[in-house]
Amino acid sequence: MFDKEMTEKNSVAPGHNACSGCGLVLAARLVLNAAGKDIIVTTATGCLEVTTTNYPHSAWRVPWIHSLFENSSAVASGIEAALKAQGKADKIKVISQGGDGATADIGMMCLSGMFERGHDILYVCYDNEAYMNTGIQRSSLTPFDASTSTTPFGKYSFGNPTNKKDMPAIAAAHHIPYIATASVAYPQDIEKKVKKALQIKGPKYLQLHAPCPLGWGFKTAYSIKIAKLAVQTGLYPLFEMENGVITSRKKLARVLPVEAYLKEQTRFKHLFVSEDGKKELERIQAMANENIKKFGLA
Amino acid sequence: MKKVLEGSKAIAEAVKLCRPQVISAYPITPQTHIVEALSRMVAEGQLKAEFINVESEFSAASVILGACAAGSRAYSTTTSQGLLLMVEVLFNLAGMRLPVVLTCTNRSVSAPINIWNDHQDVMTIRDAGLILLFAEDNQEAYDLHFVAYKVGESKEVSLPVVVNMDGFILTHAYEPIEILTQEQVDEFLPPFQPLKKLDPENPATFGMLADPGWYLETRISMQKAMENSKSVLKQVIGEFRQKFGRLAGDLLETYRMEQAKTAFVAMGSMVGTLKDMVDEERDKGNPVGLVKVRSFRPFPEEELREVLGSAEKILVLEKAFSLGLGGILYHELRSALYGLPLSPQISGYVLGLGGRDIPKKSLSKILEDFNKTTPALNFVDAKENILKEHLYV
Repeated sequence: MFDKEMTEKNSVAPGHNACSGCGLVLAARLVLNAAGKDIIVTTATGCLEVTTTNYPHSAWRVPWIHSLFENSSAVASGIEAALKAQGKADKIKVISQGGDGATADIGMMCLSGMFERGHDILYVCYDNEAYMNTGIQRSSLTPFDASTSTTPFGKYSFGNPTNKKDMPAIAAAHHIPYIATASVAYPQDIEKKVKKALQIKGPKYLQLHAPCPLGWGFKTAYSIKIAKLAVQTGLYPLFEMENGVITSRKKLARVLPVEAYLKEQTRFKHLFVSEDGKKELERIQAMANENIKKFGLA
Repeated sequence: MKKVLEGSKAIAEAVKLCRPQVISAYPITPQTHIVEALSRMVAEGQLKAEFINVESEFSAASVILGACAAGSRAYSTTTSQGLLLMVEVLFNLAGMRLPVVLTCTNRSVSAPINIWNDHQDVMTIRDAGLILLFAEDNQEAYDLHFVAYKVGESKEVSLPVVVNMDGFILTHAYEPIEILTQEQVDEFLPPFQPLKKLDPENPATFGMLADPGWYLETRISMQKAMENSKSVLKQVIGEFRQKFGRLAGDLLETYRMEQAKTAFVAMGSMVGTLKDMVDEERDKGNPVGLVKVRSFRPFPEEELREVLGSAEKILVLEKAFSLGLGGILYHELRSALYGLPLSPQISGYVLGLGGRDIPKKSLSKILEDFNKTTPALNFVDAKENILKEHLYV
């Protein structure tokens, strides 16, 4: 299991202080290992930054910069421009990273600018579906009915009242050449998509589902299992879109009911205790069905 | 060689000669002519730089942050609301010790919205860790850009620098400018040699988390860099003067302060009007002089004590104030002069806000009425009828 040589090659070194079972840091390691060493990486404020760069210790074996919460993509734009000016843009690739809040909420303006200007940057959104670093507050990528610290389940609430913002569609509206979703449960798929994205010139958007044991409420050993269930129920469709056309999707050999995914997590447990909860589950099942139909997953 | 140029065009010419590799900006009045001129230079191949048109000033500041961290000389320019939108990034640029240069074409801040000149915008970032220089005229604004890059990029400093020039009054004024050649600038300003940069050959981590065990020292090191910047500014301005014969003084410029009993202290374009007035007073036999603050950060405390030590009356004229306190330059100057043996009488005047004209006769009246005014906060040319008839208080 513990392969010293492999560990030393990792772009995200062990010794960071993320929680055990953290889907996010695992996902970042998979992305950056696939990207190779000729990269410069920007990261938004959040768990990924806080857990990997507690001065004087850094877990990053690649050049890495964190500036603010909302400007990972704009800082990356500046780096890409500098590399162009220095004549190094063909050799060194720029990867910009952020969590779901940094991407879909506070960093949306900067990201839209990066897409629209056509910078040669791979943007990776690590989607753990809430503001985990500040204590599990909802973001616009928090799923419907998830109980978070700012959308708690209660007498008058089933949790988060809104659906996930459709970030891939927003990225697509910028007519960027490559958009993909991925899940930490499928490492080879991540590697393939990152490598492919880096071959394509222009802005790329990769949204990566990364379970958070603490925020979602499951045992730390189950991160991969939970991530897989999100895909297998149709709630997190995996696909690639190239120049506006869906070119691949992860087909589901057997579609599982959404309960299989939801019942494993504390954030959805309130859906299983009342008759009204059943209606909510039906609504969530309808969303999964819609995904399956829309992306042709079955 | 002298050339008649619009202030904004002169700044664009100066920036071009500094060979920035990345320029990023968002249009805002009265900064627009600078970015328009620079983008034209790039479009016509006169300037080899990446010009990044962004969706906001926030991104403009972030783009030059990334470019500078990647080892390129970078430039932006803004004013007023744009500067305020940049504020979070400006603190970050300073904390990460990234020596970009910005031109701030000073303008008032909203509300009420007003596009004309005062210094309220830049005063909001006085604690951010950026070097703040003020120009009296377009020649000085032009010259200060070369100084700004050289000082900011020196390894004893490594801080961002803002060159302030009054919006419209300078940016849109045509004046003859003594221009430099590319050879002259190249000799004065060597290529940017970053202390560290983002580089796959030598991976470094920028922008780390500093817990309570480390944070304080990072701020102390910035304060030391600010202190270092005083001597570096003096040295670089001295070198500039020696080479090109311009920029009198250094952190301060004194004007007819010999045996002056009364001294004006001011920043920016109103210094020009004040100089005329000082001449007139001197002609009448009044021992009046002037101290121009060129560097507001670092604040030249000792230098002010030295030049104002024998003045009896000091009049601080400024285009900004801290609501709930009073003039900012006034209070900082008073604190700098605290404990002087002669203990001069110091009065603060706020004027020219939102672009209100500063006629010479208003300045003469300030001088005439000096003994009648309250010391701390006097508004010059305020219209009582507007206060009474249009406003709540």
